[in-house]
Amino acid sequence: MKPGSRAFYRLSKPAVFLLALLPFIILLLRSFEVAGFGLGANPVEALLHELGRWGLKFLLLTLAVTPLRRWTGWNWLLRFRRMLGLFSFFYIMLHFAVYAVLDQGLDMAVIIEDVIKRPYITLGMTGLLLLIPLAITSTKGMMRRLGKRWQKLHRLVYIVAVAGVWHFYWQVKLDTLDATVYAAILLLLLGSRVYHRRR
Amino acid sequence: MLIKRASGILPSEITDEAVYIKRRELLKLAGIAAVGTMAGQSVLVSAAVPEAGGKLLPNARKSPLSTDQKPNSWSDVTTYNNYYEFGTGKEDPSRNATNFEPRPWSVKVSGQCDKPGSYAYEDLIAPNELEERIYRLRCVEAWSMVIPWVGIPLASILKKFEPNSKARYVNFKTLDDPSRMPGQRRRILNWPYEEGLTIAEAMHPLSLMAVGVYGYELPNQNGAPMRLVVPWKYGFKSIKAIAEIKFTSRRPRSSWEQAIPSEYGFYANVNPQVAHPRWSQARERVIGAGVFESKKPTELFNGYGDEVASLYAGLDLRKNY
Repeated sequence: MKPGSRAFYRLSKPAVFLLALLPFIILLLRSFEVAGFGLGANPVEALLHELGRWGLKFLLLTLAVTPLRRWTGWNWLLRFRRMLGLFSFFYIMLHFAVYAVLDQGLDMAVIIEDVIKRPYITLGMTGLLLLIPLAITSTKGMMRRLGKRWQKLHRLVYIVAVAGVWHFYWQVKLDTLDATVYAAILLLLLGSRVYHRRR
Repeated sequence: MLIKRASGILPSEITDEAVYIKRRELLKLAGIAAVGTMAGQSVLVSAAVPEAGGKLLPNARKSPLSTDQKPNSWSDVTTYNNYYEFGTGKEDPSRNATNFEPRPWSVKVSGQCDKPGSYAYEDLIAPNELEERIYRLRCVEAWSMVIPWVGIPLASILKKFEPNSKARYVNFKTLDDPSRMPGQRRRILNWPYEEGLTIAEAMHPLSLMAVGVYGYELPNQNGAPMRLVVPWKYGFKSIKAIAEIKFTSRRPRSSWEQAIPSEYGFYANVNPQVAHPRWSQARERVIGAGVFESKKPTELFNGYGDEVASLYAGLDLRKNY
Protein backbone atom coordinates (compact mmCIF):
# COMPACT_ATOMS: atom_id res chain seq x y z
CA MET A 1 0.00 0.00 0.00
CA LYS A 2 1.69 3.15 -1.20
CA PRO A 3 1.23 6.43 0.67
CA GLY A 4 -0.29 7.97 -2.45
CA SER A 5 -2.70 5.17 -3.24
CA ARG A 6 -6.48 5.29 -2.85
CA ALA A 7 -6.50 2.48 -0.29
CA PHE A 8 -3.94 4.29 1.85
CA TYR A 9 -5.95 7.47 1.59
CA ARG A 10 -9.10 5.75 2.75
CA LEU A 11 -7.59 3.68 5.56
CA SER A 12 -4.90 5.92 6.97
CA LYS A 13 -7.13 8.56 8.52
CA PRO A 14 -9.31 6.20 10.54
CA ALA A 15 -6.16 4.32 11.55
CA VAL A 16 -4.43 7.44 12.81
CA PHE A 17 -7.65 8.52 14.49
CA LEU A 18 -7.88 5.27 16.43
CA LEU A 19 -4.21 5.41 17.31
CA ALA A 20 -4.57 8.94 18.63
CA LEU A 21 -7.58 7.87 20.65
CA LEU A 22 -5.72 4.98 22.22
CA PRO A 23 -4.23 6.97 25.13
CA PHE A 24 -7.74 8.15 25.97
CA ILE A 25 -9.11 4.60 25.87
CA ILE A 26 -6.29 3.39 28.09
CA LEU A 27 -6.97 6.22 30.54
CA LEU A 28 -10.63 5.20 30.59
CA LEU A 29 -9.66 1.60 31.35
CA ARG A 30 -7.34 2.84 34.08
CA SER A 31 -10.04 5.13 35.49
CA PHE A 32 -12.54 2.31 35.79
CA GLU A 33 -9.85 -0.18 36.83
CA VAL A 34 -10.72 -2.56 34.02
CA ALA A 35 -8.55 -5.66 33.51
CA GLY A 36 -5.91 -4.83 36.07
CA PHE A 37 -5.50 -1.24 34.93
CA GLY A 38 -5.45 1.47 37.54
CA LEU A 39 -4.45 5.02 38.29
CA GLY A 40 -2.57 4.40 41.54
CA ALA A 41 -2.97 6.06 44.90
CA ASN A 42 -3.58 9.56 43.50
CA PRO A 43 -5.89 9.09 40.51
CA VAL A 44 -6.64 12.79 40.04
CA GLU A 45 -2.96 13.61 39.75
CA ALA A 46 -2.35 10.66 37.42
CA LEU A 47 -5.18 11.75 35.10
CA LEU A 48 -4.05 15.36 35.21
CA HIS A 49 -0.45 14.54 34.32
CA GLU A 50 -1.26 11.92 31.67
CA LEU A 51 -3.75 14.16 29.86
CA GLY A 52 -1.39 17.13 29.98
CA ARG A 53 1.50 15.08 28.61
CA TRP A 54 -0.62 13.66 25.78
CA GLY A 55 -1.85 17.15 24.93
CA LEU A 56 1.76 18.30 24.61
CA LYS A 57 2.81 15.20 22.69
CA PHE A 58 0.13 15.79 20.07
CA LEU A 59 1.00 19.46 19.95
CA LEU A 60 4.62 18.54 19.19
CA LEU A 61 3.49 15.95 16.63
CA THR A 62 1.37 18.63 14.93
CA LEU A 63 4.37 20.93 14.80
CA ALA A 64 6.52 18.11 13.46
CA VAL A 65 4.43 17.65 10.33
CA THR A 66 5.84 20.56 8.34
CA PRO A 67 9.55 20.00 9.09
CA LEU A 68 9.18 16.26 8.45
CA ARG A 69 7.41 16.93 5.17
CA ARG A 70 10.19 19.26 4.08
CA TRP A 71 12.98 16.86 4.95
CA THR A 72 11.42 13.71 3.62
CA GLY A 73 9.26 15.05 0.82
CA TRP A 74 6.32 13.05 2.23
CA ASN A 75 3.63 15.54 1.41
CA TRP A 76 0.90 13.15 2.45
CA LEU A 77 1.84 13.84 6.08
CA LEU A 78 -0.03 17.12 5.79
CA ARG A 79 -3.25 15.16 5.64
CA PHE A 80 -2.98 14.31 9.33
CA ARG A 81 -2.00 17.69 10.67
CA ARG A 82 -5.48 18.96 11.49
CA MET A 83 -6.44 15.74 13.21
CA LEU A 84 -3.27 15.76 15.30
CA GLY A 85 -3.90 19.37 16.26
CA LEU A 86 -7.47 18.63 17.23
CA PHE A 87 -6.35 15.69 19.35
CA SER A 88 -3.94 17.99 21.12
CA PHE A 89 -6.88 20.31 21.79
CA PHE A 90 -8.95 17.33 22.97
CA TYR A 91 -6.37 16.14 25.50
CA ILE A 92 -5.57 19.63 26.73
CA MET A 93 -9.25 20.43 27.26
CA LEU A 94 -9.66 17.18 29.20
CA HIS A 95 -6.55 18.11 31.20
CA PHE A 96 -8.18 21.41 32.08
CA ALA A 97 -11.51 19.71 32.85
CA VAL A 98 -9.81 17.33 35.30
CA TYR A 99 -8.03 20.28 36.92
CA ALA A 100 -11.20 22.39 37.20
CA VAL A 101 -13.69 19.68 38.16
CA LEU A 102 -11.77 16.97 39.99
CA ASP A 103 -8.75 18.83 41.33
CA GLN A 104 -10.38 22.11 42.30
CA GLY A 105 -14.01 20.98 42.61
CA LEU A 106 -15.13 23.82 40.30
CA ASP A 107 -14.29 26.33 43.01
CA MET A 108 -14.05 29.40 40.80
CA ALA A 109 -12.39 31.55 43.46
CA VAL A 110 -9.58 29.02 43.84
CA ILE A 111 -9.21 28.56 40.07
CA ILE A 112 -9.02 32.31 39.47
CA GLU A 113 -6.52 32.69 42.30
CA ASP A 114 -4.44 29.91 40.77
CA VAL A 115 -4.48 31.51 37.34
CA ILE A 116 -3.49 34.90 38.72
CA LYS A 117 -1.01 33.86 41.39
CA ARG A 118 0.73 30.78 40.02
CA PRO A 119 2.80 31.68 36.98
CA TYR A 120 2.86 28.13 35.63
CA ILE A 121 -0.93 28.02 35.70
CA THR A 122 -1.12 31.48 34.11
CA LEU A 123 1.02 30.13 31.30
CA GLY A 124 -0.98 26.95 30.91
CA MET A 125 -4.23 28.91 30.85
CA THR A 126 -2.82 31.28 28.22
CA GLY A 127 -1.92 28.37 25.99
CA LEU A 128 -5.31 26.76 26.51
CA LEU A 129 -7.24 29.93 25.66
CA LEU A 130 -5.16 30.59 22.55
CA LEU A 131 -5.81 27.05 21.40
CA ILE A 132 -9.59 27.58 21.32
CA PRO A 133 -9.72 29.91 18.27
CA LEU A 134 -7.40 27.53 16.46
CA ALA A 135 -9.73 24.61 17.09
CA ILE A 136 -12.78 26.64 16.05
CA THR A 137 -11.16 27.76 12.79
CA SER A 138 -9.81 24.34 11.91
CA THR A 139 -12.62 23.48 9.47
CA LYS A 140 -12.28 23.69 5.71
CA GLY A 141 -15.03 26.30 5.59
CA MET A 142 -13.18 28.53 8.04
CA MET A 143 -9.93 28.11 6.15
CA ARG A 144 -11.67 29.31 3.00
CA ARG A 145 -13.41 32.19 4.72
CA LEU A 146 -10.30 33.46 6.45
CA GLY A 147 -8.02 33.03 3.47
CA LYS A 148 -4.57 34.45 4.16
CA ARG A 149 -5.55 35.50 7.64
CA TRP A 150 -6.00 31.83 8.57
CA GLN A 151 -2.32 31.13 8.38
CA LYS A 152 -1.52 34.24 10.37
CA LEU A 153 -3.99 33.25 13.06
CA HIS A 154 -2.65 29.74 13.24
CA ARG A 155 0.86 30.96 13.95
CA LEU A 156 -0.52 31.30 17.47
CA VAL A 157 0.28 27.62 17.79
CA TYR A 158 3.93 28.56 18.37
CA ILE A 159 2.96 30.63 21.41
CA VAL A 160 0.67 27.84 22.58
CA ALA A 161 3.48 25.30 22.34
CA VAL A 162 6.01 27.46 24.18
CA ALA A 163 3.44 28.25 26.88
CA GLY A 164 2.48 24.59 27.19
CA VAL A 165 5.99 23.21 27.49
CA TRP A 166 7.02 26.00 29.86
CA HIS A 167 3.91 25.28 31.96
CA PHE A 168 5.06 21.66 32.21
CA TYR A 169 8.65 22.59 33.02
CA TRP A 170 7.69 25.10 35.69
CA GLN A 171 5.36 22.75 37.51
CA VAL A 172 7.98 20.05 38.07
CA LYS A 173 9.39 20.05 41.59
CA LEU A 174 13.01 19.29 40.80
CA ASP A 175 13.60 16.52 38.28
CA THR A 176 13.09 18.41 35.03
CA LEU A 177 14.51 15.71 32.75
CA ASP A 178 11.17 14.84 31.08
CA ALA A 179 10.18 18.46 30.61
CA THR A 180 13.63 19.20 29.19
CA VAL A 181 13.12 16.53 26.54
CA TYR A 182 9.82 18.17 25.51
CA ALA A 183 11.54 21.56 25.44
CA ALA A 184 14.43 20.22 23.35
CA ILE A 185 12.04 18.73 20.79
CA LEU A 186 10.07 21.96 20.61
CA LEU A 187 13.27 23.94 20.15
CA LEU A 188 14.29 21.63 17.33
CA LEU A 189 10.92 21.99 15.61
CA LEU A 190 10.88 25.78 15.93
CA GLY A 191 14.55 25.97 14.97
CA SER A 192 13.96 24.03 11.77
CA ARG A 193 11.39 26.65 10.76
CA VAL A 194 13.83 29.49 11.35
CA TYR A 195 16.47 27.57 9.39
CA HIS A 196 14.06 27.01 6.52
CA ARG A 197 13.13 30.70 6.34
CA ARG A 198 16.72 31.88 6.32
CA ARG A 199 17.72 29.62 3.50
CA MET B 1 7.71 -27.36 97.09
CA LEU B 2 4.86 -25.78 95.30
CA ILE B 3 5.50 -24.75 91.78
CA LYS B 4 3.28 -21.89 91.02
CA ARG B 5 1.77 -21.44 87.63
CA ALA B 6 2.54 -18.09 86.09
CA SER B 7 -0.26 -16.04 87.44
CA GLY B 8 -2.81 -14.15 85.47
CA ILE B 9 -2.71 -16.26 82.35
CA LEU B 10 -5.53 -18.66 81.64
CA PRO B 11 -4.71 -21.66 79.45
CA SER B 12 -7.41 -20.45 77.10
CA GLU B 13 -5.48 -17.24 76.58
CA ILE B 14 -2.33 -18.94 75.37
CA THR B 15 -2.24 -19.09 71.65
CA ASP B 16 -1.85 -22.53 70.21
CA GLU B 17 1.51 -22.74 68.46
CA ALA B 18 0.03 -23.89 65.18
CA VAL B 19 -2.25 -20.89 65.26
CA TYR B 20 0.62 -18.66 66.23
CA ILE B 21 2.74 -19.81 63.32
CA LYS B 22 -0.16 -19.38 60.98
CA ARG B 23 -0.97 -15.95 62.32
CA ARG B 24 -0.03 -14.25 59.07
CA GLU B 25 -2.51 -16.39 57.19
CA LEU B 26 -5.08 -15.63 59.84
CA LEU B 27 -4.38 -11.96 59.43
CA LYS B 28 -4.93 -12.36 55.73
CA LEU B 29 -8.22 -14.05 56.47
CA ALA B 30 -9.17 -11.09 58.58
CA GLY B 31 -9.18 -9.50 55.16
CA ILE B 32 -10.86 -6.21 54.63
CA ALA B 33 -11.29 -5.54 58.35
CA ALA B 34 -9.37 -2.37 59.11
CA VAL B 35 -8.54 -3.26 62.66
CA GLY B 36 -8.11 -6.79 63.87
CA THR B 37 -7.54 -7.77 67.45
CA MET B 38 -5.53 -10.87 68.19
CA ALA B 39 -4.53 -12.37 71.51
CA GLY B 40 -5.16 -9.10 73.25
CA GLN B 41 -2.82 -7.12 71.02
CA SER B 42 -3.92 -4.58 68.53
CA VAL B 43 -2.77 -5.21 65.03
CA LEU B 44 -3.83 -3.10 62.13
CA VAL B 45 -4.60 -5.08 59.07
CA SER B 46 -4.89 -3.25 55.82
CA ALA B 47 -7.16 -4.19 52.99
CA ALA B 48 -4.16 -5.51 51.13
CA VAL B 49 -1.62 -7.34 53.27
CA PRO B 50 2.07 -7.03 52.47
CA GLU B 51 3.53 -9.33 49.90
CA ALA B 52 6.02 -12.03 50.84
CA GLY B 53 8.97 -10.72 52.80
CA GLY B 54 7.03 -8.45 55.11
CA LYS B 55 8.11 -9.22 58.68
CA LEU B 56 5.67 -8.81 61.51
CA LEU B 57 7.02 -6.75 64.40
CA PRO B 58 6.42 -7.60 68.03
CA ASN B 59 3.39 -5.97 69.58
CA ALA B 60 3.47 -2.24 69.52
CA ARG B 61 1.89 -0.34 72.36
CA LYS B 62 -0.94 1.93 71.27
CA SER B 63 -0.14 5.58 71.74
CA PRO B 64 -2.40 8.37 72.97
CA LEU B 65 -0.61 10.56 70.41
CA SER B 66 -2.29 8.67 67.57
CA THR B 67 -5.03 10.25 65.54
CA ASP B 68 -8.35 8.43 65.39
CA GLN B 69 -8.56 9.10 61.65
CA LYS B 70 -8.73 6.04 59.45
CA PRO B 71 -5.31 5.06 58.08
CA ASN B 72 -4.69 4.82 54.36
CA SER B 73 -4.48 1.38 52.84
CA TRP B 74 -1.24 -0.60 52.84
CA SER B 75 -1.17 -0.12 49.10
CA ASP B 76 -1.48 3.69 49.33
CA VAL B 77 1.23 3.87 51.97
CA THR B 78 3.67 1.62 50.15
CA THR B 79 3.22 2.59 46.49
CA TYR B 80 2.91 6.36 46.58
CA ASN B 81 5.70 8.41 48.12
CA ASN B 82 8.80 10.42 47.39
CA TYR B 83 12.15 8.75 47.92
CA TYR B 84 14.49 10.11 45.26
CA GLU B 85 17.17 7.56 46.14
CA PHE B 86 14.96 5.11 44.25
CA GLY B 87 13.60 7.38 41.50
CA THR B 88 11.73 10.64 41.24
CA GLY B 89 8.32 9.20 40.30
CA LYS B 90 5.88 8.56 43.12
CA GLU B 91 5.65 4.86 42.28
CA ASP B 92 9.38 4.47 41.58
CA PRO B 93 10.41 3.64 45.16
CA SER B 94 7.96 0.73 45.36
CA ARG B 95 9.37 -0.63 42.10
CA ASN B 96 13.07 0.12 42.53
CA ALA B 97 13.63 -0.57 46.23
CA THR B 98 12.62 -4.22 46.19
CA ASN B 99 16.20 -5.51 46.14
CA PHE B 100 17.54 -3.10 48.74
CA GLU B 101 19.00 -4.99 51.69
CA PRO B 102 18.56 -2.95 54.89
CA ARG B 103 20.57 -5.34 57.10
CA PRO B 104 23.13 -5.28 58.54
CA TRP B 105 22.70 -1.61 59.41
CA SER B 106 24.60 0.74 61.61
CA VAL B 107 24.32 4.40 62.43
CA LYS B 108 27.31 6.65 62.82
CA VAL B 109 26.82 9.10 65.68
CA SER B 110 29.08 12.12 66.00
CA GLY B 111 29.33 15.76 67.00
CA GLN B 112 28.39 17.41 70.26
CA CYS B 113 27.68 14.39 72.39
CA ASP B 114 29.42 12.24 74.98
CA LYS B 115 28.69 8.87 73.39
CA PRO B 116 29.68 9.11 69.75
CA GLY B 117 30.40 5.98 67.75
CA SER B 118 28.93 3.46 65.43
CA TYR B 119 25.76 1.81 66.67
CA ALA B 120 24.23 -1.34 65.25
CA TYR B 121 20.55 -1.09 64.38
CA GLU B 122 19.69 -3.83 66.85
CA ASP B 123 21.45 -2.08 69.73
CA LEU B 124 19.57 1.12 69.02
CA ILE B 125 16.13 -0.34 68.57
CA ALA B 126 15.86 -3.56 70.56
CA PRO B 127 16.10 -2.07 74.08
CA ASN B 128 13.03 0.09 73.44
CA GLU B 129 9.37 -0.68 73.56
CA LEU B 130 7.73 -0.19 70.18
CA GLU B 131 4.80 2.16 69.88
CA GLU B 132 2.17 2.43 67.23
CA ARG B 133 1.66 6.04 66.20
CA ILE B 134 -1.07 6.80 63.71
CA TYR B 135 -0.05 10.14 62.27
CA ARG B 136 -1.22 12.44 59.52
CA LEU B 137 1.42 13.02 56.86
CA ARG B 138 1.28 16.16 54.76
CA CYS B 139 3.55 16.32 51.72
CA VAL B 140 4.87 19.65 50.49
CA GLU B 141 3.22 18.71 47.18
CA ALA B 142 -0.19 19.27 48.79
CA TRP B 143 -1.34 15.71 49.33
CA SER B 144 -1.82 13.87 52.59
CA MET B 145 -2.24 10.43 54.12
CA VAL B 146 -2.80 8.88 57.52
CA ILE B 147 -0.13 6.31 58.34
CA PRO B 148 0.07 3.80 61.22
CA TRP B 149 3.78 3.95 61.97
CA VAL B 150 5.52 1.73 64.46
CA GLY B 151 8.55 3.19 66.16
CA ILE B 152 10.33 4.68 69.14
CA PRO B 153 10.26 8.25 70.38
CA LEU B 154 13.25 9.91 68.74
CA ALA B 155 14.20 11.42 72.10
CA SER B 156 14.74 7.99 73.69
CA ILE B 157 17.29 7.17 71.02
CA LEU B 158 19.03 10.54 71.00
CA LYS B 159 19.36 10.68 74.80
CA LYS B 160 21.49 7.53 74.71
CA PHE B 161 24.17 9.48 72.87
CA GLU B 162 24.22 12.06 75.68
CA PRO B 163 24.20 15.28 73.69
CA ASN B 164 26.11 18.05 75.44
CA SER B 165 25.17 21.68 75.98
CA LYS B 166 26.59 22.75 72.63
CA ALA B 167 24.19 20.47 70.79
CA ARG B 168 21.59 22.87 69.42
CA TYR B 169 20.67 20.94 66.31
CA VAL B 170 20.54 17.38 65.11
CA ASN B 171 21.70 16.58 61.61
CA PHE B 172 20.56 13.36 59.92
CA LYS B 173 21.94 11.74 56.80
CA THR B 174 20.61 8.96 54.62
CA LEU B 175 22.81 6.09 53.53
CA ASP B 176 25.22 7.18 50.78
CA ASP B 177 25.58 4.24 48.44
CA PRO B 178 24.73 4.58 44.75
CA SER B 179 25.30 0.85 44.26
CA ARG B 180 22.35 0.13 46.55
CA MET B 181 20.36 3.29 45.90
CA PRO B 182 20.19 3.68 42.11
CA GLY B 183 18.60 7.13 42.30
CA GLN B 184 21.85 8.46 43.76
CA ARG B 185 23.58 7.86 40.43
CA ARG B 186 21.87 10.97 39.10
CA ARG B 187 22.84 14.13 40.88
CA ILE B 188 19.34 15.52 41.42
CA LEU B 189 19.96 16.38 45.05
CA ASN B 190 23.27 16.66 46.87
CA TRP B 191 23.63 13.09 48.08
CA PRO B 192 23.46 11.86 50.70
CA TYR B 193 20.05 13.27 51.60
CA GLU B 194 20.37 15.45 54.64
CA GLU B 195 17.90 16.82 57.14
CA GLY B 196 17.97 18.69 60.40
CA LEU B 197 15.92 19.55 63.44
CA THR B 198 16.47 21.83 66.38
CA ILE B 199 17.24 19.86 69.52
CA ALA B 200 13.85 20.90 70.93
CA GLU B 201 12.07 19.60 67.83
CA ALA B 202 14.04 16.38 67.90
CA MET B 203 13.28 15.79 71.59
CA HIS B 204 9.59 16.59 71.18
CA PRO B 205 7.39 13.61 72.12
CA LEU B 206 5.75 13.60 68.67
CA SER B 207 9.06 13.07 66.86
CA LEU B 208 9.33 9.41 66.03
CA MET B 209 12.01 7.08 64.77
CA ALA B 210 9.88 4.70 62.74
CA VAL B 211 10.95 1.12 62.10
CA GLY B 212 7.64 -0.21 60.88
CA VAL B 213 4.26 0.49 59.42
CA TYR B 214 1.00 -1.38 59.84
CA GLY B 215 2.62 -3.69 62.37
CA TYR B 216 5.24 -4.82 59.87
CA GLU B 217 8.88 -3.87 59.49
CA LEU B 218 9.30 -0.83 57.27
CA PRO B 219 9.16 -1.77 53.62
CA ASN B 220 12.28 -0.66 51.75
CA GLN B 221 10.41 2.01 49.81
CA ASN B 222 9.26 3.64 53.04
CA GLY B 223 12.78 4.13 54.37
CA ALA B 224 13.91 0.82 55.86
CA PRO B 225 15.33 0.10 58.30
CA MET B 226 14.72 3.34 60.19
CA ARG B 227 13.35 6.73 59.31
CA LEU B 228 12.21 9.91 60.95
CA VAL B 229 8.55 10.89 61.25
CA VAL B 230 7.94 14.51 62.17
CA PRO B 231 4.21 14.84 61.61
CA TRP B 232 3.82 18.62 61.91
CA LYS B 233 6.35 19.27 59.15
CA TYR B 234 6.19 18.61 55.43
CA GLY B 235 7.05 15.03 54.59
CA PHE B 236 10.49 15.75 53.16
CA LYS B 237 11.74 16.53 56.68
CA SER B 238 11.11 12.92 57.67
CA ILE B 239 14.38 11.54 56.34
CA LYS B 240 14.60 7.86 55.41
CA ALA B 241 17.20 5.09 55.82
CA ILE B 242 19.17 7.05 58.41
CA ALA B 243 22.86 6.16 58.50
CA GLU B 244 24.27 9.20 60.30
CA ILE B 245 23.26 11.34 63.23
CA LYS B 246 25.31 14.38 64.19
CA PHE B 247 24.76 16.86 66.99
CA THR B 248 25.80 20.34 65.92
CA SER B 249 25.89 23.85 67.28
CA ARG B 250 25.24 25.32 63.83
CA ARG B 251 22.02 24.92 61.91
CA PRO B 252 22.32 22.19 59.29
CA ARG B 253 21.08 22.78 55.76
CA SER B 254 18.65 20.21 54.47
CA SER B 255 19.01 18.75 51.00
CA TRP B 256 15.95 20.50 49.65
CA GLU B 257 17.10 23.78 51.15
CA GLN B 258 20.43 23.31 49.39
CA ALA B 259 18.70 22.56 46.10
CA ILE B 260 16.11 25.38 46.04
CA PRO B 261 16.50 27.68 49.07
CA SER B 262 13.72 30.01 47.92
CA GLU B 263 11.18 27.19 48.01
CA TYR B 264 12.24 24.93 50.88
CA GLY B 265 13.34 26.22 54.24
CA PHE B 266 14.83 24.65 57.33
CA TYR B 267 11.63 24.59 59.38
CA ALA B 268 9.18 23.41 56.70
CA ASN B 269 6.31 23.44 59.18
CA VAL B 270 2.96 22.66 57.56
CA ASN B 271 1.32 26.05 57.11
CA PRO B 272 -1.70 26.80 54.91
CA GLN B 273 -0.94 30.54 55.10
CA VAL B 274 2.51 30.31 53.59
CA ALA B 275 2.28 29.25 49.95
CA HIS B 276 5.03 27.42 48.17
CA PRO B 277 6.29 29.95 45.59
CA ARG B 278 4.75 27.87 42.82
CA TRP B 279 1.62 26.41 44.40
CA SER B 280 -0.83 26.96 47.22
CA GLN B 281 -0.54 25.12 50.52
CA ALA B 282 -4.04 26.11 51.65
CA ARG B 283 -5.61 22.77 50.79
CA GLU B 284 -4.53 19.20 50.35
CA ARG B 285 -5.62 16.21 48.28
CA VAL B 286 -6.45 13.38 50.66
CA ILE B 287 -5.03 10.19 49.18
CA GLY B 288 -7.56 7.40 49.18
CA ALA B 289 -10.55 9.70 49.54
CA GLY B 290 -11.74 9.09 46.01
CA VAL B 291 -11.72 10.96 42.74
CA PHE B 292 -14.77 13.08 43.46
CA GLU B 293 -13.76 14.08 46.96
CA SER B 294 -12.66 17.70 47.03
CA LYS B 295 -9.43 18.79 48.64
CA LYS B 296 -9.54 19.46 52.34
CA PRO B 297 -8.25 22.58 54.07
CA THR B 298 -4.73 22.18 55.42
CA GLU B 299 -4.23 22.86 59.11
CA LEU B 300 -1.41 24.86 60.67
CA PHE B 301 1.27 22.43 61.92
CA ASN B 302 -0.77 19.71 60.20
CA GLY B 303 -3.23 19.83 63.10
CA TYR B 304 -0.55 19.29 65.76
CA GLY B 305 -0.54 22.94 66.82
CA ASP B 306 -1.63 22.22 70.41
CA GLU B 307 1.46 20.08 70.87
CA VAL B 308 4.09 22.00 68.95
CA ALA B 309 3.09 25.66 68.49
CA SER B 310 5.02 26.60 71.64
CA LEU B 311 8.26 25.52 69.96
CA TYR B 312 7.88 28.45 67.59
CA ALA B 313 6.71 31.20 69.93
CA GLY B 314 7.98 34.52 68.63
CA LEU B 315 9.22 33.04 65.37
CA ASP B 316 8.02 34.63 62.14
CA LEU B 317 6.70 31.55 60.33
CA ARG B 318 6.46 33.44 57.06
CA LYS B 319 10.17 34.23 57.09
CA ASN B 320 11.19 30.94 58.65
CA TYR B 321 9.31 28.71 56.22
